[in-house]
Amino acid sequence: MTQQTAPTQVEEPFEIEAPEAPPAPLRVALTAFGNFWILFFLLALIAYFTITSPNHAFFQGFNFKNIALDTSEVILMAIGETFVIVTAGIDLSVGGILVFSGVAGGLVMIHFSGTVAQTSNLQYPNASVAIPLGIAVGLAAGSGWGLLNGLLVTTLRLPPFIVTLGTLGMTFGAADLLSGGTNLASVPTTFQNSLGNGTILGLYAPVIVALIAVIIAFFLLRFTRFGRYTAAIGSNEDGARRSGINVDLHLIKVYALTGFLCGLAGIVDLARFGTENLSAHNTDNLDAIAAVVIGGTSLFGGVGTILGTVVGAFIPTVLKNGFVISGIDPFWQELLVGATIIVAVYIDQWRRRRLSK
Amino acid sequence: MSEPALLEARDIEKRFGSVVALRGANFDLNSGEVHALVGDNGAGKSTLIKVISGVLQPDGGELLLEGQPVRIHNPQEARRLGIETVYQDLALAGHLDAAGNLFLGREKLMPPPLGWLGFLDNKAMHRRAAEEMRHLKIGIKSVERPVLTLSGGQRQGVAVARAVAWGTRIVIMDEPTAALGVRESLMVLELIRETRNQGIGIVMISHNLPEVFGVADRITVMRLGQTIASFRRDETSMEAIVRMMTGAEAQYLAAGGSPA
Repeated sequence: MTQQTAPTQVEEPFEIEAPEAPPAPLRVALTAFGNFWILFFLLALIAYFTITSPNHAFFQGFNFKNIALDTSEVILMAIGETFVIVTAGIDLSVGGILVFSGVAGGLVMIHFSGTVAQTSNLQYPNASVAIPLGIAVGLAAGSGWGLLNGLLVTTLRLPPFIVTLGTLGMTFGAADLLSGGTNLASVPTTFQNSLGNGTILGLYAPVIVALIAVIIAFFLLRFTRFGRYTAAIGSNEDGARRSGINVDLHLIKVYALTGFLCGLAGIVDLARFGTENLSAHNTDNLDAIAAVVIGGTSLFGGVGTILGTVVGAFIPTVLKNGFVISGIDPFWQELLVGATIIVAVYIDQWRRRRLSK
Repeated sequence: MSEPALLEARDIEKRFGSVVALRGANFDLNSGEVHALVGDNGAGKSTLIKVISGVLQPDGGELLLEGQPVRIHNPQEARRLGIETVYQDLALAGHLDAAGNLFLGREKLMPPPLGWLGFLDNKAMHRRAAEEMRHLKIGIKSVERPVLTLSGGQRQGVAVARAVAWGTRIVIMDEPTAALGVRESLMVLELIRETRNQGIGIVMISHNLPEVFGVADRITVMRLGQTIASFRRDETSMEAIVRMMTGAEAQYLAAGGSPA
């Protein structure tokens, strides 16, 4: 937009004291749109599905509940993905870690809550011990895979893309091995009723879990030293290292944090469905990465916002839900989310070019 | 010499396998002076400053800081001793603001309990950064703007401010104007003078001889891994320096020319 504000200015790339050109209205509008387009896009989607769905079924409390529950899982993964992408990395393994953690936690819950004969009759005498144990195992499993990602990225000096593509395959394979390739038999019903369908102050437990994670992550990324190092590494890894930051240790922490959040998402998934569906999360990484880049976090590192990610996380889930309700083939969702990633990254590149001019 | 130099390098040697990068380099620096290191590519300038900044360990010779022998094992140790380096690429995080860069790796945290959780005291850091910039007369509109939106000279200013903000006694500058235009270069040279006037000793590597003669108090010429001559600025001329850099001096003298 510089052509419009200063069309006749002589090329002076190193102008130092020149007063800043007053921002043209169009430029302000475009910048604002660049920052908020995703919110407009989301509102437009909601309006569209409300109009096209039979009896406006999209715009109803019950449906919003479904969207909120679906989105809470995406948000948990996407928060971790935000930190990773701000370091200029990527984590493709989020869906695999989710499934593995859900399977590991679920198996522990079933195993420790009663004998085989009892649990196959939906009797869970030791559920009060088994449930916390299962949750702990699920979170530990997720953190463990994240830790492995971080260690491989930093010690082997491999691109995060390759490392997490590898652990994506490993986590799915390991989850299949653990479960014998079939979806888990029912986990304790109290677990489902409390963490899956339970409400506190009218909010569903998964939504509350996601909300707490969002609040903590928001402060962590924006106001703390942890967030500052995350951005510094993504902005200039070598510079961060020369400033005395322990870059490797920080990267390991970031990948482990992401693994932990995926473990948490796995536990939430287990609680919602009472089982771990082995094939329902193959494209979770697509959704999580889409949420992050749509939300304005740069795929090239250095900048990112948690609130943007939260808004972005609704795009894949609203699309999926809206297509089902409107009777449109839901396969369109993956196609559109994929295309949206490309558009979002293109917009980001355009903004970066303009910023560094 | 009555008072020991701020920094002295004596007979520094450094080999990389069979390649001898430094074969007896001697160098000294006083407080409040700019000492330029000049020489052709491969003369050993970069190796010498890497030894001083702790990036490389010498194979021979010794470093003295105010007359005391020191071994500098890594850049962190150099920094603790008050030796900071401004790299050619500046090593700034472009998405962070000037204050964020100034305090990178040394962030100021809020008072407890928020400080225990790692919360940053951005207000204090911004205030301190603005003070630092004023102190060095760096014209920068806001210390809260991402560094990548600043001009090349302003970025250099941020990098220098970061180097001198921590009780620094020695600043090493590697080609500080290499990537800059004419006006920005002048600004950076002014910044170097300002830094020197604060009593800091500056080691400057530069290929640009007019600049060297514009700002340096002393000039040391390196050639083939050795420091071959050292002058006060007013004792020598650009022509003489060029002859020494290229090795033409010996032939020049043999042909009956007068030294320096």
